[in-house]
Amino acid sequence: MTDQVRVRYRLRFHKTEAMRFTGHLDMHRALERTIRRSGLPLAYTRGFSPHPRLQLAAALPLGFVSRAEVADLWLEEPLAAQDVLSRLQVAAPPGMEFLEALVAPEHEPALQQQVTGAAYSVVLAGPPPADLDERVHSLLLAPSLLRQRRSKSYDLRPLILSLEYEGGGRLAMQLAAREGATGRPDEVIEALGLDPLSADIERTSLTYAVPSPG
Amino acid sequence: MAPNSAVNRTRSATDLLAALPRLLPRVQKPGRYAGGELNQVVKDWESTPLRAALVFPDVYDLGMSNLGLAILYDILNRQPDMLAERVFSPWPDMDAALRAADLPLFGLESKHPLHAFDLIGISLPYETLYTNALTVLDLGGVPLLAADRGDYDPLVIAGGHATFNPEPMSDFIDAFVIGEGEDAILEVAQALLGWKSSGEPRSALLRRLAGLRGIYVPSLYRVTYTAEGMVDRIEPAAPEARMPVLKRIVPRLPPPLTRFIVPYVDVTHNRIPIEIQRGCTRGCRFCQAGMITRPVRERPVAEVVDAIEQGLAQTGYEEVGLLSLSSSDYDDILELVRQVSARFAGRHLNINLPSLRIESFSVELMDLLQGEASRSGFTLAPEAATERMREIINKPVSTEQVLTTAREIYRRGWHLIKLYFMIGHPSETLEDVQAIADLSRAVLAEGRKIIGSRAAVHAGVSTFIPKPHTPFQWVPCDSLESIRAKQALLKGALRGPGLKLSWTQPEETQLEAWLSRGDRRMGKVVLEAWRRGARFDAWQEHFNQGAWMQAFDAAGLVPEFYTHRERPIDETLPWDVLDAGVHKSFLTEDYLWSLQGRTRVDCRERCFACGILPKFAALRREHPGETWECPEVRSPARQVEVALEAR
Repeated sequence: MTDQVRVRYRLRFHKTEAMRFTGHLDMHRALERTIRRSGLPLAYTRGFSPHPRLQLAAALPLGFVSRAEVADLWLEEPLAAQDVLSRLQVAAPPGMEFLEALVAPEHEPALQQQVTGAAYSVVLAGPPPADLDERVHSLLLAPSLLRQRRSKSYDLRPLILSLEYEGGGRLAMQLAAREGATGRPDEVIEALGLDPLSADIERTSLTYAVPSPG
Repeated sequence: MAPNSAVNRTRSATDLLAALPRLLPRVQKPGRYAGGELNQVVKDWESTPLRAALVFPDVYDLGMSNLGLAILYDILNRQPDMLAERVFSPWPDMDAALRAADLPLFGLESKHPLHAFDLIGISLPYETLYTNALTVLDLGGVPLLAADRGDYDPLVIAGGHATFNPEPMSDFIDAFVIGEGEDAILEVAQALLGWKSSGEPRSALLRRLAGLRGIYVPSLYRVTYTAEGMVDRIEPAAPEARMPVLKRIVPRLPPPLTRFIVPYVDVTHNRIPIEIQRGCTRGCRFCQAGMITRPVRERPVAEVVDAIEQGLAQTGYEEVGLLSLSSSDYDDILELVRQVSARFAGRHLNINLPSLRIESFSVELMDLLQGEASRSGFTLAPEAATERMREIINKPVSTEQVLTTAREIYRRGWHLIKLYFMIGHPSETLEDVQAIADLSRAVLAEGRKIIGSRAAVHAGVSTFIPKPHTPFQWVPCDSLESIRAKQALLKGALRGPGLKLSWTQPEETQLEAWLSRGDRRMGKVVLEAWRRGARFDAWQEHFNQGAWMQAFDAAGLVPEFYTHRERPIDETLPWDVLDAGVHKSFLTEDYLWSLQGRTRVDCRERCFACGILPKFAALRREHPGETWECPEVRSPARQVEVALEAR
């Protein structure tokens, strides 16, 4: 590290319909471009190929929206958090709505390491099956749910922290989101015998190991 | 997928808006079809009198990297009474998904079906997009054949470098815009608006368009053939139809576009493209772009620097491409590079300056421009590996100069040199091809001396196609057997650590050659090949050679007739209906010079009277000085030109 000033800011934002089909890497790039347009002095890593000092808390798969996106960024100048927020709001593309910017403690570990879980709200497009309540119950009773993803086998069950059918085709779930142990809501929907592509999935909150940064 | 299934023309934008959220998650890369990006322009459909769809008939990733389309989008959307939306080719999975859902192809902005637009402008920069253009029209609910379109169908126009031989697509396109579109697109749109309120039949619209400068309406010309199958005569069949149709140019490059749409998904070029110069004075004989984009016009340094600044503010991109056919020839290149590097240093910006000459100065320029940025590859395009061959193609540069430049590149921190060559040049022998391998190895050896085993050379070897409106337009293509033998030689000779070779499939080159050199009768071949499933011909994994061979059979045409026959100098060429601004006598002379190995210096040093000045004398007179690289025109305007301008 050099003696240059670096201030860490934490952003909260929504990823809405217009960016629904933007994947994680592209989301990262969209955020970087937003910061560049805003003119904020984004810090870059040193070395042969510098990259922006920018971290997204938790990857959000393509096709989902979110009202719980969190990112950390480092600036080369100390600026008022409110100023950072308003400049980002002006520069934001459709689909990225900034709600809050705070100065974050520099010593904290990377955001990805602090996140432990994520909550999702799922709305099924068609009429829900009559036995959906039962399906949810038996899923929760299962000791393990062995599934394949990208030709790797894993157990989905321990990644489901909670799952609830709220009626009207609406499900709420809390899934683990630790490095190497991340539950995907579309996998849960599929395990319920439903088509995840016929559902609208929204991330509603992230949970963190203490202390809560969001 | 049923290519000829009729698209349901009753489905509306409302239907599409309702259906897409459920359909898109089921296709690959749905972000290609969602629209809604930063800087897209959405105007009110109902209250806008002229609605245009700008089509780039390849995937979004490529289309969004095309500067021409972005420029026309901006020009049309600036007009209060016009709107423009984007349409790209759906990947085969999306094509199938739309057909299965009984939905038409649509504009990304408003999701209106293609057939609901008044004007469809198709960009045809290269020939292998032709079948994709048919897919777009078909899936958009637009009759494929111009002859089948009625008063309520959209007007289908096309432009781009490939349309300098418009004939193979003339069955499908109502009107071609030949040359630069910045001014012409608005004249076409105005003519269309005028016709819409006139109540006249469609034929009247076509005649109005034919009366505009630079517009070729194929249905208003008659082509006859000799007993041997050559074009005999091309005759206008309406008083408005010009013969030949002189291409359009803008006399002065307008300020560069800076408000680019920023895709949410990764595309081919994620950058701000700024054209620093249009046209080229070098006169390489194989280069169609160098012949058809004359005269050379440059943008001032200050305009380019301002454009980068504005572009960055509007897009947030990390990369800028300073585009031209020959950057080294830009008059103030050193000043441009100095200003750009001084102004944008430390902004984590990657600035590209492609198309540099093979000389040490180019390396200094890149060094200055890239500063501390990481240095990937440095590209040089000798195009041929022997001095004899380079004289024939008029790209005279000595082998020693190539090696000196290579040494300088490795010394200044680049590890990789990309060398671009072509095989199949006129009179090329296996020795000339062997020389490609030898030169590549010699360059690598220079690198080894300087940076050891980190040095690398990638040789990209494409195959020459004699293109319309070039001095080589009369020469035959190299035979398939000969191309295969040459490629086999290179594959054997360019192996080993630090070396990489890439090449084009000979069958794909052949297709591009048929489509480049064909006449009107090729329209049947294009249609038949498309009906037999030809799609995405530029994509190796989709290229369907069988469909094309069957299509030639079905149309009763012989492919070799178009590509493997030396054409006599006095033969009427299918593209003679167009005038690219360069005299045919100049091309002929240059061809004859090539046979003698005689070269021509850069025409900035001396005007060779290629034809641009007399044909655009009035424009040059109105725009004197450094606007053009051509000499000024001092003779008084002639009556006939005044009359033409007044039309």
